[in-house]
Amino acid sequence: MTKSIMLSGVGGQGTILASKLLSMGLAQAGYDVKMSEIHGMSQRGGDVSSQVRYGKQVFSPVIERGGADLLVAFEEMEAMRSLPYLKAGGKAVINKYNISPMPVVSGVADYPDGLSEEIAKKVDTTVVDAAGKAVEMGNPKVMNVILLGATVEMMGLNEVDWDAIIAENVKAQFVELNKKAFEEGRKLVRK
Amino acid sequence: MKQLMTGNEAIARGAWEAGVKFASAYPGTPSTEILENLTTYKDIISEWAPNEKVAMEAASGAAIGGVRSMASMKHVGLNVASDPLFTMSYIGVNAGFVAITADEPGQHSSQNEQDNRWMAKLGMLPMVEPSDSQECKDMMAVAMDLSEKYDTPVLMRITTRVSHSKSLVELGNRKEVPLKPYEKNGKKFVCVPANSRIRRVYVDKRMKELAEYSETTPLNRVEKNGGEVGVIASGMSYYYAKEVFGDKASYLKLGFTNPLPAGKIADFCKSVKKIYVIEENDPYIEDEVRKLGFSPIGKGVIPSFGELTPDVLRKAIFGESLPVMEVGADRTVIRPPTLCAGCPHRGVFYEMGRRKNLVIAGDIGCYSLGFAPPYNAMDFNVCMGAAFGSAHGAQKAFDTDPNNQLRVVGVLGDSTFFHTGLNGLLEVIYNKSKVINLILDNRITGMTGHQENPGSGLTAMGEPAVESDIEGVCRAIGVKNLRKINPNNLTEVKEAFDWALSLDEPSVIITRWPCVLKKMTAADKAEFGVCFNTKDRVDHELCIGCKMCLKSGCPAISVDKKAKKANIDPNQCVGCDVCAQICPKQAIKKVVK
Repeated sequence: MTKSIMLSGVGGQGTILASKLLSMGLAQAGYDVKMSEIHGMSQRGGDVSSQVRYGKQVFSPVIERGGADLLVAFEEMEAMRSLPYLKAGGKAVINKYNISPMPVVSGVADYPDGLSEEIAKKVDTTVVDAAGKAVEMGNPKVMNVILLGATVEMMGLNEVDWDAIIAENVKAQFVELNKKAFEEGRKLVRK
Repeated sequence: MKQLMTGNEAIARGAWEAGVKFASAYPGTPSTEILENLTTYKDIISEWAPNEKVAMEAASGAAIGGVRSMASMKHVGLNVASDPLFTMSYIGVNAGFVAITADEPGQHSSQNEQDNRWMAKLGMLPMVEPSDSQECKDMMAVAMDLSEKYDTPVLMRITTRVSHSKSLVELGNRKEVPLKPYEKNGKKFVCVPANSRIRRVYVDKRMKELAEYSETTPLNRVEKNGGEVGVIASGMSYYYAKEVFGDKASYLKLGFTNPLPAGKIADFCKSVKKIYVIEENDPYIEDEVRKLGFSPIGKGVIPSFGELTPDVLRKAIFGESLPVMEVGADRTVIRPPTLCAGCPHRGVFYEMGRRKNLVIAGDIGCYSLGFAPPYNAMDFNVCMGAAFGSAHGAQKAFDTDPNNQLRVVGVLGDSTFFHTGLNGLLEVIYNKSKVINLILDNRITGMTGHQENPGSGLTAMGEPAVESDIEGVCRAIGVKNLRKINPNNLTEVKEAFDWALSLDEPSVIITRWPCVLKKMTAADKAEFGVCFNTKDRVDHELCIGCKMCLKSGCPAISVDKKAKKANIDPNQCVGCDVCAQICPKQAIKKVVK
């Protein structure tokens, strides 16, 4: 059975790197893996999503609406935007972090309230403060690896040597920090 | 172990394994990373050409010269490059030659959604269509062999999802292909009518032979799952169909799609009760199936535009959808793309947006965003390099009215100027219109993610190159009125427009400031000093909450509605000072360290 994970966020948040590491780990564990992402005009400040699918044999690299087993939102409103992609019985991990889009910045629109709460009423939702954790760890940029750790924990993907994947793909001076961030991410969602 | 690769990475790998020695391209989503990845293979000469036509010509010459060569581009790029490609179809090759078109169903980053499979028919070219990264890699080798065996360029057609999705690839080794001796052969290589008419006969014979190949190649294969339902598909549509039909259908999976295998299609159609043709965009395969006398289910129910993702397909064919949690429209706010904080295009669009009686002809690049609020500073844009030519025509049209007050500005970037914008400027000068020609030189090809170009001083391989001088080019083609300005200095920008509008003849304004995301070279640092490392902030004592600074359209600026004060996000601000020059109360100040 093919499993589908949707990672959504805002351009610049590192969703693509997190998805890439996730896909590499899954490939190493022996799964067939496909990952899809969209580059181009939306890359700066636009909403971005990458989609990872794995199983014995994967056909479409794209997740259909209502087809994701897990939604990992790097930004709160992006959780809501991607919600139609989540299965009725799926799970959501939401990073309690808001990035105001241009219409909010310029005062034409308001950032909606109570998004995580609304989603939590519909599906099994875990709200995390990966942004706060990253700041606590001294580097806001590791937020994406914290969320990767949370994703892996949620999916129970324990058969992969994640430390090795991180070590291969992160600059030498940041390897230890990212390994720690990954572990912190796992702890954030561990029940 | 297999490697996870995008289709674009796999094409580059496949080219390397197939012994390619020369590759040329012009950047364009979703094709750009093919050449970017090729530059990592040192056995291949990889180049950014000024435009797709030149890329195709350079690769054609390399194939005539005796090395396996390729040219890659986005779908609309092939419009520019079809002239050399369609005659190379007659000329044929010496060493293998593959052209790649990356189409965009869904128009994620393109101005149209044309289906370039027709180009293969129009140009009488064999075509391959990979469905995943493994096929991208493998089909490069097949295409090179076909090119040499049948003396023809081969077209490889991919789409965004093939280019930009990752899947697992089994790698191979490079096959060294020695330089093929070049022999002078005018009857083949010189396309004067007398020779070309003879080659035309050959092309016909070749396509008949390739039609036979199409019947036997394993690239066109049948997967039998009973005799009820049969699906015919190519490219990514094949996987979308597999997702929706699963093993409840038999498949005719087409990887070689010009000429289509008429016999194989007919046999397949006869073997099933119900036939579906699943393809994105046009009924390219479906038309052929109908011509053979069958009545498949296809575009009658399947959309002709947008992507055929599994949900779209499921709905179109079975009228079903998975249960979906719908979200109220008021629960999300759109995130339109914006010019980055520190973007050097901001100043000119701010200035143009304020002026009356300007009609602005845009072009393809980040500056296309000038159409959006708060600037609203673009009236039309058509295709790469169209700014000056279309501006010229519009000005001539307006000027047929003796009372015309409208002035037309054409605006494009440095890479677009070299692409085909230069030809438009020749038109303006030669045919005498008073167009204001604005060239936004940000020292790099921005939109596609920073590729070098003839004006940037480096090659695709990162070697130093002659830096073509835009001002010198303009002067050489007859531009008399030219100003070079710093676009972050709003006084300079305003004066330049006042000056250009006072002239009753064409003018050129060149802005020169690096893209805020550019990796600064030593030459950039020498010219522009240390830029992008200061911050501006709002002095709340002076700020009156008038929101004038929002007219800069900078994503770093926000207004606190309750406090009625503006704020600048220090994480985004790079200190370009454009907003500080707009503020009527001088409330925006440089942060002193």
